[in-house]
Amino acid sequence: MNSSSTTGRSVTITIDGAPLRVPVTRTVAAALLLDQERMAWRSTRRSGSARGLFCGIGVCYDCLATINGRASQRTCLVEVADGMEVSTGSTTDAPGEPSARPGDAAHG
Amino acid sequence: MAEPMTAGTAPIGAVVIGAGPAGLAAAAELVRAGTHVTLVDGSPRFGGQYWRHGAADDSPSAPSPRWHHGWSTYRELRDTLLGAEHAGHLTHLPSTHVWALDHGHAGGFDVHVAPTSEAVGPQDLCTIAAERVVLCPGAYDRQLPVPGWTLPGVMSAGSVQAFIKTQRRSPGQRVLLAGTGPFLMAAAATVLQTGARVAAICESTDLTGWLPGGASAALVPSKITEGAQYTSLLARHRVPFLRRHAVTEIRGEDRVRAVEVSRVDAAGAVVAGSARVLDDIDVVGLGWGFVPQTELLMQTGAETRLDGDGSLVGVVDGSQESSIPGLFLAGEITGVTGAAGAVAEGRVAGRAAAQSGTGRRRDAAARARHRTFAGAMHHAHPVPRRWEDWMRDETVVCRCEEVTYEEVTTARDDLALADPRSVKGSTRAGMGMCQGRICGFAMACLSSQSAARSDGDHAAARQVSNRPFAMPLSLGALAAEHTDGEQPGSASSR
Repeated sequence: MNSSSTTGRSVTITIDGAPLRVPVTRTVAAALLLDQERMAWRSTRRSGSARGLFCGIGVCYDCLATINGRASQRTCLVEVADGMEVSTGSTTDAPGEPSARPGDAAHG
Repeated sequence: MAEPMTAGTAPIGAVVIGAGPAGLAAAAELVRAGTHVTLVDGSPRFGGQYWRHGAADDSPSAPSPRWHHGWSTYRELRDTLLGAEHAGHLTHLPSTHVWALDHGHAGGFDVHVAPTSEAVGPQDLCTIAAERVVLCPGAYDRQLPVPGWTLPGVMSAGSVQAFIKTQRRSPGQRVLLAGTGPFLMAAAATVLQTGARVAAICESTDLTGWLPGGASAALVPSKITEGAQYTSLLARHRVPFLRRHAVTEIRGEDRVRAVEVSRVDAAGAVVAGSARVLDDIDVVGLGWGFVPQTELLMQTGAETRLDGDGSLVGVVDGSQESSIPGLFLAGEITGVTGAAGAVAEGRVAGRAAAQSGTGRRRDAAARARHRTFAGAMHHAHPVPRRWEDWMRDETVVCRCEEVTYEEVTTARDDLALADPRSVKGSTRAGMGMCQGRICGFAMACLSSQSAARSDGDHAAARQVSNRPFAMPLSLGALAAEHTDGEQPGSASSR
C-alpha cells in the first residue's frame, strides 16, 4: 500500500500566488485536493456554492480553474508542469450579469 | 499535430473517434488491413477511461498497474498502433475533440475537430474528410440527484476510480460508494488497494435480479473470478455491503462530513423510519451505471434505441455498422458492456470498416458473451423507479445552472411542459457547460408526465442527448474557420 508518488520527480507550481512542490504525476485537481487539501476551489454563478472535483473525467465542468492565464480549464484533465500558474475561485467564464429566472430576486 | 485532410477534398481512409478499448481495437484492425487511420481522442494518451493511466505506466519496464484489468491487451494494442504511427499508417491526434460529425459533400463524413480547451496552443478548428468512421466515444457515470450531492467531496464513482488510476492515491480516507452496479465494488477495491478505507457500499438492489440471468453470467468466467476477488477483498477489510440501501442525504457544511442511508424497497422507494447516519465520511462516490456519449451519433441522424439499462444507444448490425452506411459504432455506444465487450466490438468494427470480409468468429462470439452478460447485469441493476422519493424542493437537479427539483417540477406541472426540451427552455436545466450530460437522465425522467418514466422514454432520451456542439467553442474559433473559405457543412441542427 503506497501513499506517495513512485516516480520521485517533483515540479513547482503556484496556486493563487503561493508556490507548491508537487509530484509530476499530479493533475491540477489532484494537487489542489491532495497537496493543498482543498475539496473546493470554485464557486457557482447563481448561488456562490463551493465546487471542486465531481466527474473527474472532463464531462461535468465543475472543477474549473484558471491555468496559465486561461480561464475555465478542467483541472481534472490538466497535468502539472514546472512553473504552472493556477488561480482559483472564479465562477464560470461568463461575462455580464447572472441570468434572471422565474423565482430569482429581480435584478436591477 | 499532423495535417489532416480538409473538407472539400475527396475523403480517404478511416477516422476512429475515441482511443479507449473499442477505438484502439478498431484502429489496430484497420491498420492491419492496410487502411490509413486517423485516431482522434481527447486525452493526451491512449486508453480512454477504462485504461486511464499516468505517464509512468507507459514506460516499457513499468509493471501492470494493480488496478487495471486486461493491461496486456492494452499494451498489445498500443504497441501495434505506435508501430503503425511510426510507419506512417496511423495519424494520432491526441488532446483533440470531435465537436461535430457531419455527412461529407463528396460522400463519406466530415469530422470536425478542435484541440481541447486545455490543450496548449491556439484553438484552430479543422475538418477531416473520411470515407468511413468508427465512432467509439465511450461513456460516463450516470447520476441521480440527492440532497447534498453538490457538497465538495461528493463525486462520481468513476471519478474516484480515475483519480486513483492516475494518482495512485485515494481522493479520500473514508470513502462511501453508493448507487447500483458491480462498478461500485470495483471502485471500492481500488480505494482499498491505496490503503484508504471504504465506509460502506450502498447498493440499491438486493442482487436477486441476477438469478434469472445467472446462467448467462457463467458464460463470462473472468467476470465470476473478478466478482469473487472483490467479494473476498471487501470481506477481508470488513467493508459493509448494504444491499437495498440508498444514500438519501449527504451532510456537511463546507464539504461532506456524514451520509444518511436508508433502506429502499424493490421499486427504490424509501422505507420510512429506516434512515441512519454514517459519520466521518470524506468522499462519496455515486454511480448508477453508465451513460454512453451519444451527441455525435445524434448529429448524424443514425438510428438509436433504448438499451436494457435505460441508456440511449446506437443500433448496429452484425458488422457494427449503424443505420448510416460507412458509420460503424463500437463499445459503450452500442450498449454498456464493459471493456472486454468493447474490444470485441472494436475488432469487428475495424475489420468491417476495412472491408476485410466477415469478422472473426471468435470476436463475434466474445461480443455475444459480453452482451449477454451485460443484459443480465442491466436486469439485475435497474435504476430505482422511485428515486424521486428522496428528493426535496431545494435539491439541485442541474448542477451547472443550479436548477432545483421544485423549479423543474413546477415547470412540468404548473406550466404543463411535457418534454425535457421545453422544461430546459423554461428552467435552464441542461444549458450549462456540461450541456445536460450530468442531469440528462434525471431530466428525462422528471420532464415526462408518463408513469413509467424511469423505464425509459426514447424520445426524451434523444432530446437530452441532442448537442449541436460536442464541446464548447469560442465564437472566434468558429469565425476563423469560416473565413478560411471552408464550407460550414451540410444543413444540420447546428
